[in-house]
This record gives sequence, C-alpha cells and structure tokens, in this order.
Amino acid sequence: MTDAAMEHTAAHPRFLAHHFTDIEQQFEAGTLGMWLFLITEIMFFGGLFATYAIYRLMYLSAFEAGSHLLDVKLGAINTAVLIGSSLTMALAVRAGQTGSRKALIVFLILTMLLGGVFLGVKAHEYHHKWETGLVPGFHWGPTEEVHLHPEAALPHVELFFCYYFFMTGLHALHMIIGFGIMAVLVWQAARGRFDGGYYSPIEVSGLYWHFVDIVWIFLFPLLYLIGGRY
Amino acid sequence: MTAAVAQAPPAERVHYLNAEYGIRSWLLTTDHKRIALLYLASITLMFFVGGFMAVLMRLHLIDPAGGLVHPDTFNKLFSMHGIIMIFFFLIPSIPAVLGNFLVPMMIGARDLAFPRINLLSWYIYIVGAVLTLTAMVSGGVDTGWTFYTPYSTTYANSQVMLTAVGVFISGFSSILTGLNFIVTIHKMRAPGLTWFRMPLFLWAMYATSIIQVLGTPVVAITIFLVGLERIFHVGIFDPAVGGDPLLFQHLFWFYSHPAVYIMILPGMGVISEIITCFSRKKIFGYTFVAFSSMAIAVISFLVWGHHMFVTGQSIYAGLIFSVLSFLVAIPSAIKVFNWTATLYRGSISYQAPMLYALGFIGLFTMGGLTGLFLASLATDVHLNGTYFIVAHFHYIMVGGAVMAYLGGIHFWWPKITGRLYPDTWARIAAAIVFLGFNLTFFPQFMLGYLGMPRRYATYPAEFQVLNVMSSAGASILGIGYLIPLVYLFWSMRYGPIAPANPWRAKGLEWQTDSPPPTVNFETPPVVTEPAYSYGPPGTPQEGAHD
Repeated sequence: MTDAAMEHTAAHPRFLAHHFTDIEQQFEAGTLGMWLFLITEIMFFGGLFATYAIYRLMYLSAFEAGSHLLDVKLGAINTAVLIGSSLTMALAVRAGQTGSRKALIVFLILTMLLGGVFLGVKAHEYHHKWETGLVPGFHWGPTEEVHLHPEAALPHVELFFCYYFFMTGLHALHMIIGFGIMAVLVWQAARGRFDGGYYSPIEVSGLYWHFVDIVWIFLFPLLYLIGGRY
Repeated sequence: MTAAVAQAPPAERVHYLNAEYGIRSWLLTTDHKRIALLYLASITLMFFVGGFMAVLMRLHLIDPAGGLVHPDTFNKLFSMHGIIMIFFFLIPSIPAVLGNFLVPMMIGARDLAFPRINLLSWYIYIVGAVLTLTAMVSGGVDTGWTFYTPYSTTYANSQVMLTAVGVFISGFSSILTGLNFIVTIHKMRAPGLTWFRMPLFLWAMYATSIIQVLGTPVVAITIFLVGLERIFHVGIFDPAVGGDPLLFQHLFWFYSHPAVYIMILPGMGVISEIITCFSRKKIFGYTFVAFSSMAIAVISFLVWGHHMFVTGQSIYAGLIFSVLSFLVAIPSAIKVFNWTATLYRGSISYQAPMLYALGFIGLFTMGGLTGLFLASLATDVHLNGTYFIVAHFHYIMVGGAVMAYLGGIHFWWPKITGRLYPDTWARIAAAIVFLGFNLTFFPQFMLGYLGMPRRYATYPAEFQVLNVMSSAGASILGIGYLIPLVYLFWSMRYGPIAPANPWRAKGLEWQTDSPPPTVNFETPPVVTEPAYSYGPPGTPQEGAHD
C-alpha cells in the first residue's frame, strides 16, 4: 500500500482510509464502532435510569405528583414528532444507499426540521416550568397555579423535577449534537461526497439518531405517564 | 546478538520515528505508535507525580506523631496519590502505551480502526490530567480517591469539583481507547489470524476493553450526579434531603471494582507473552488462559458489594457478593497455574523482562490470596479499613500491574525505540524493585492485621518499627524506579542498535523492523501457525527468526 499512486484507483477509492484493506472492512468497522458507542450511551443513561428507579420506589407518591404537573399532551406530540423524524432518517439512509443525492438532502433536512420542532416544544415546556417555579435549585417555589394540585406540596417533588431536567436535558443535548451531525451530512451530501456508493457516515448517524429517539420512548412514560391517571 | 548488531541497516532507513520531525508531526499524528509514545511520556510524568506524594506520606509516617505535614495535608496526599495513580497512571498504563503500540502490530494491521479518535483520546486524557493537576496545586482534594459522599458533597472543603471534572473527562479517553481496540480486534486481523491464534495479550486487551466500554460510563454518570447535587442542592446522595449516600458507593464500585481488572488484566496479557518467550515454550492451556480473561471481565461486574460489607447492606447481598468474589479468584488462579505449568521443563533464561514476569507471578499470587481474606465476610469486618487492604491492593496494583508494565516496557523497548538497554542494569533494577516492594508492603499486611487503620496521619508508637521498615522499603523502591528511567533515556540515544527480533520471540510485531516503518509491515503479513510456536529446543523451529 505504498500510497499516493493507488489513492484514486477503483481498488482504492478516495473515501477509503489507508489503513483499511477494502471498503467493506471500513464500513463494518464504522458500524461496529457506532454500536459500541451506543452501548456506552446505554450504560451512561442506564446509571441515571437506575437511580431514577430507586427514588421512584422510595418516593412514589411524590414522583406521581410531579408527573401530574407535566403536560402530557405536549409530551405525546413530541413523541409523535420524534418517531416521525426516525422515519425520515431511515428514508435518508435508504436514499444514501441508492445514491440519490436529492432525496438524501431532502430527508436529512426534514429530520432536522422535526428535531427542531421537538426542541422547540421542549423549550416551551421548560419555559413554563420556569414560570411556575418548578426548576429545582435555581428557581424552586411552585406558584399558585401549581398549588391547584394538592399533592404538589409533597416533599421530594423537587427531586422528581431534578430527574425531569437531568434526563430530558441530557436527551436534548444528544438531540442538539445529532442536529449538528445532520448539518454536516447535508453539507457533505451537497458537495457530492456520497455519490459513489459510499454511505457509511449516513448509516452510523442514523443509528445514533434512532438511539436518541429510543431514549425518549423510555423517558416519555417514565416521566409523563406514571401515576395511573390515564 | 553481536551478529545482529553487525547486520544493522544503515542509519538512513526510514521508520516511524524519523519519518517526520517537529512538534506538529507529534501533536497531530494519527500513527498509533507515536500516540503510544505521547501516552508513555504523559503517564510517566503522572507516575512520578503520584510517586512523589507516596514518598512524602512514607516520610511522614516514620514518626508516630507524624511531624512532616499537617494532618489535612496528609489527607490530601493520600487522596491525590490514589487519584493520580489510578485514573492517570494505572488505567491508561498498559492499554494506552503498550496496547496502542502493539494491538495493530500483533494483528498485522496498519493502524487502529479509528486513528483520529485514538489521538482524540490522548487529548482528552491531557485535558483531564491538566484539570486534576490544577486542582492539586490550587488546594488539593481530601476525599480519598473514592469521592465518597458526603465528603465530596455536604462536607467538601477542597477542590472536589475540579478534580471530579478531571476524572470525568479522563474517563472518556479510556472509553475511546477500549472502543477502538474492540473494533480493531474484531475487524482488522491479518489473513489467517483466527481468534484462537491471537497472542494472549490481545485477549487480555479485548477483555479490558469490554470493561472500559461497559463500566466507565457508569462512573461518569455518577460523578455527573454528584456535580448536579452540588449545583442544585437536591437530595440524590444527601440523606438530609432524602438522598441515599450508599447509592453513591454502589454506583461508584460498580465501575471501580471492574476498574481494578482494567488495571490488572493487561498485565496478565503481558506476562503470557514474556513467560512463553523466555521459557521457549507454547503457553500451557491457551484456551483456558484466553477464556479466563473473559471470565474475569464478566464476573468483575458482579462483585462490587464486597467493598461494602461493613456499610450495612443486606446480609444476603453480602453473602452473594462474597461467593461471587471467591468465584473471580478461579480464573485468576487458572492463569497463575498455567504460567507455572508453562515454565515447567522450559528453557528458561533470566533477562530483565523475565525477572519482572517472575516477580509478577509471586506478588500477584500474594495479592490475590490476601484478597480472599477480604472477600470473606467475617475476616473482612476485622481487616476492612486497615493497612491490610492497602497492602493487598498494592500487591495487585504495584506488585502486579506496575511490574507487568515495566516487564512489558523492557520486553518491547527494542521494538519501540530500535535500541537495546544495558541488560545488567535492567536486571539489577528489577531485583531492587522486587526487594523494595516487599519491604514496603509486607509490613503493611502485619500493620493491618494488628489493627492500624489506613488514612491516618498519626499512629500509636507500637506500630513504629513496621512503619519505619515500610518507609525504608519505599525509598529502595523509589530508587528501583529511577534507575530504569535513567538507562532507558540513555539507551534512546546511546544504546546499541536493536535487531528486528532480539529475543527470538514469536508474534507478528517481531517480524518487522525495529523500530517499525510507519506502515508497520512493508508487505501485509499472513499468519500460518498458532501463537507461541516455540518448538522443542534444538529443532530448527526453535525460536526461528530469519
């Protein structure tokens, strides 16, 4: 592999890094790498979920009361939006596989738009929590409106909101990172990087995006739906 | 060896060290061999920083009244010693230096799967190290390396957050290294190199990487939660507002017990390489040694509760953790027995790497057996929190991991630098390290058994003799560590030119030049035989090297 001469031949296309033997090896390495990264993410969120579970068992009624203070409609809308973005992401991967540049860019931008809607709704919810004094630590002091729910005065509701903000905040951070990745992909796609049957970055970014969606699928019931009011 | 020196190629040969010059060619390199050397320099610095704190502690403890430093300073010394040695030396030591250099070489690849991520991991390590060192010089931290709550939360009065952020960040460096190794070992082996032809060092690195990938994120989120508790003042670990301080210990040890195996498993891999080479024999029971690494990786995640026998956890949990902790001794014992069986009727020679390896077997066995006292519920109540624990884990971490690291450095030094070091000096240093180590830590077993608690700045006068012995041993040990520093540096410039395979060892890394070319192998290698095909003495196959 003494290099530059072979660089742009068919056997060694320009997107094949020099330390890989062939494109298949590079693709498999990239995909396995992303799966392993997602496993570390599962362990990372797993620690948070485990402590959530313990405190939910210890302070069940407070956690239920806290859950009742969340807007389940907005949560449901966001769930639908995020599942929709998973669909557009899957279609973007397919467009990458079939080498259709236009469809790829359209679906990536659609995914970003849906992600943006999700973050917008989330920001609205955060804002509402701030106004009603439900931000732990910095701005805790539930307002009159909140006190219409009699259980809201329970101790440890603040702990629930701690978890609400940690978990959704960490999730939103992952969404924002995904947003950035998607923007880079759109830029690369527009410059024709993926026209030669090379779509590995789209595939692994798709894996990441789906993972972030799945985290939300767990967060929505854990935070919004506990308490058996539906 | 003289013949080999004579046939050394002219100095113009281009290899990874002289292919490029200048600071940029190092700081922006994606060559796994150069990144290994970046790590080597960084962790050596951290080793001597952490070692300096140990020296101060041992000096302080010569006097029962502890006259050298203020008791608060003593708390900071043992905390920072532990934090630096564990997170910034032991965990990256063999994986990030020898593993980085050797994993691609041993599987016949040109580089790791993700070279840029590899470089990123070094930068992450440096950021974490700089933050931790900043915390150290701006007041230090006194929680112990375990960051137990509420020392690290309610009652924190030192640079806990800055140190915790440094450790948090360095964890990602460890995760990325592990991820890179797993993908590389899965996807980039040379033709013919099946899983069961791999050198056992690779099995050890693979098992280590699994622990790094699965365990480190949990300690990351734990530190994150401590940070959030301190920022928001909510009760996650603080009982005053409904939190559970024991939960912190559970989460912490869920990572930090497996982390002990992050530190020792790579050493076990190194020992398998050295023992076979210097007894000219195939490893005894290859598959057992390989699978014992995997077994250790799996069981290590199920034993964390043995750190918590006296915390008031459920007695039934204690029983189960005790049984599981005994279980993890089995794969470790398999390794020791198989190394010993490999030595049996081998053609043993005692060069420096072999001295370290033999020292490892003895010291690791002692460290492992004393671990069983701590895995037993009843004896642990007596020994927990005493110097017995300190001695036990130093036998594993220093007598085990550091000995293996030094053995590995001496074994592969000719390959890494292309130079030979003075063997006599190396043997003398190995002997000094072994003696100094035992004199330092064996008395601590006795101190612990007699009831001297760890982490105290003063002690009753009756313990003075043993403490003075320990301090004397520490000074010998310190000299033992400084000697290799001197002659290894010396050899980089003045050492005789090393041949490609000075030990007549097996393994792909010895089939290429010393130091290797940037591409590792001029022609991609093909593997046709199992690992360690050291033939019987006298046959042409024996140590064949052409």
